[in-house]
Amino acid sequence: MIARQMKHRGDALWIAALVHRISGLALAIFLPFHFLALGLAIDGTARLDGFLRWTDQPLVKIAEGGLVLLLAAHLLGGLRILVIENFAWRDGQKQLATVAAAISLLVAVVFLARMF
Amino acid sequence: MNVRLYVWQRATAAVMAPLVLGHIAVIFYATRQGLSAADILSRTRGSIVWAAYYGIFVAAASIHASIGIRNILSEWSPLNERRAGLIAIVFGLLLAALGARAVAAVVLS
Repeated sequence: MIARQMKHRGDALWIAALVHRISGLALAIFLPFHFLALGLAIDGTARLDGFLRWTDQPLVKIAEGGLVLLLAAHLLGGLRILVIENFAWRDGQKQLATVAAAISLLVAVVFLARMF
Repeated sequence: MNVRLYVWQRATAAVMAPLVLGHIAVIFYATRQGLSAADILSRTRGSIVWAAYYGIFVAAASIHASIGIRNILSEWSPLNERRAGLIAIVFGLLLAALGARAVAAVVLS
């Protein structure tokens, strides 16, 4: 019974919906810190520069790559939802979601390749 | 989620879609040779265009994220709708205030 109820969780579109929700939640948690960091410029360049030097660490750069991945995934997942809700239904939604995931990964990998 | 919140969620998403694309382009451009405060501020200081771009972005993101947080809290936490709504409003206002401060910092400082 439980296995039957959980079966849909392996579906590509269920995973796409979960990725959209988790990426949105992660971005919402990140945003206040992003704004606080940019707000350092309010006292001039020194404090912001000090923070930017901290972000030169490899682990921070990898985390930034993760954020780019989340942003791209949430954008493409959101566009998919807007298209589904506002235009005529099209087949191939699983393929579209897979392409969205591939593009998000590609954007993040290119970003990281340029950072190192 | 009621209809009013649903419409706000989707409308802010539609507003943000091109802004996010532009933001990703800015991220790639700004990090091409490492980030520095001088580089960032040389682009943004005194710019009405960047102030409008990121001002709209912050407003839309604050509304969009707070509605999303409300949905997640009411579906995934034991909080009732009213408490989830209250937390979401506080979160949205915090985001809007911090975002406005960040925009002011890079445009006006």
